[in-house]
Amino acid sequence: MEFLTAALSSDILAGLTEFSQSALFVARGTGYTVALILGAMILGLALGLPLSTFEVYGAGWLRKITWVYVWFFRGIPILVLLFLIYFGVFDIIESTVYKLFETRISLTPFTASVIALGLASAAYQSQIFKGAILSLPAGQFQAARALGFSRSQAIIHIILPQAMRLSIPAWSNEYSILLKDSAVAYVLGTMEIMARTRFMTSTTFAHIRLYLLAGLLYYLLTWLGVKVLFKIEAKTRIPGLGHDAWRADDQLVLKKRDLF
Amino acid sequence: MSAQPLLEVSHVSRIIDGKTILDDVSLSLGRGELKVIIGPSGGGKSTLLQCVNFLQPPDSGDVFLDGQSAREMSRQNICAFRQKIGMIFQDFNLFDHLCARDNVAIALQKVKGQKKALARQRAMAELERVGLVEQAHLYPSQLSGGQKQRVSLARALAMDPMVMLLDEPTSALDPELIGEVLNVIAQLSRSGMTMLMVTHQIGFARHLTKEIIFMEAGRVVETGPPELLEGGPEGGRAAAFCAKLAEVTGR
Repeated sequence: MEFLTAALSSDILAGLTEFSQSALFVARGTGYTVALILGAMILGLALGLPLSTFEVYGAGWLRKITWVYVWFFRGIPILVLLFLIYFGVFDIIESTVYKLFETRISLTPFTASVIALGLASAAYQSQIFKGAILSLPAGQFQAARALGFSRSQAIIHIILPQAMRLSIPAWSNEYSILLKDSAVAYVLGTMEIMARTRFMTSTTFAHIRLYLLAGLLYYLLTWLGVKVLFKIEAKTRIPGLGHDAWRADDQLVLKKRDLF
Repeated sequence: MSAQPLLEVSHVSRIIDGKTILDDVSLSLGRGELKVIIGPSGGGKSTLLQCVNFLQPPDSGDVFLDGQSAREMSRQNICAFRQKIGMIFQDFNLFDHLCARDNVAIALQKVKGQKKALARQRAMAELERVGLVEQAHLYPSQLSGGQKQRVSLARALAMDPMVMLLDEPTSALDPELIGEVLNVIAQLSRSGMTMLMVTHQIGFARHLTKEIIFMEAGRVVETGPPELLEGGPEGGRAAAFCAKLAEVTGR
């Protein structure tokens, strides 16, 4: 009997250490996921911001290019985009570089994932910024021009500082969507949370525990990112601008007794 | 008065979507002169002011500032040209993300390329001129309408304009706030600023200007001394318009 319990408990112990090891392996993917999402968000911002100004203030041909860009990247699934870039575009780049310089470069799945997610996000982010720009009174741009600002100066110094503040809530929404989209990157073998979970479940068969863990990690990252962006919004808030104006209105409109 | 007018608007027309908004409008302003444009809404007054500083380039005609043709200027020169023409809007158009001081300072920094400290110093001096030093750190939403309009006056004055264009500067103000803005404008005029002003403040206009320009349907219909406005409904078009205004406001 004693022998049996000892064997059982050591079995459970072994199982536990095995799980904690695989859990640790999965959790280490968090760094990759964070790097992936940060890269994609920044690429999306760097492209989305100019795209939005092209769409609002650009000449006709510039607006057309933006339109095509936005509809292309909003219209195809991220998975398709990933394969297109990794197996298609990267292959062309690698073989061209080899032909020209006779050196082999290998572009990683991670790079492909950042680019695919970033390009798609740029399309969505451009629409966020465009909405914010259009919500500003037209007089802001006009007043700047009347003072002698050039078009680009007016956009950079007057329009965008206001539009970007107004965009933060929608931007944090984009972050939380993109974060979960990033799980798709596992198909290329980027060692982020999802890929590691898949790998571990195939050997340990602890499906429920490991997928719950992955879900929890995504949840925590979402919560943390949204919280940070909310802090930034509060820090950069200006009295009477955008959501602060709404807040002031809330206090007027939503007194409890007014609801009855 | 020098022979050459400081600002000359010459045969300006503007057509938007096939509709003639301005029809061959000409006027000129001597140095230090204040002229007042009155007339019914939709008559092209605001469009005229925006054509003067080429915010809306006229479809034909030209504007000369100090003898220089705006039509012949390059894009960059148009920006420099606009610096010399201060503009005041009906709804202020203060930059909502900047405090009063920075509203005044930002064009000095970004357009004139002044150092931040210097621009802020100048901004404070201009705010003092309009009596708003204590409000310098407040954002537009924290200012009253009259204060906002005074900040926008300070903002325009900081650029050292040769001419000021004022587009109904008191129309969006509560009646008790109109006085503080008109005071600043009257002071400016007395100190020799050249100004072209659209307003419905007939009493104010009468005091300060030697010439009234009456516009209707995109044309200058009458021009003349403030007496033009007198004579009631049986007088000229301008007088009839004034009589109608007086009927509403009781003055």
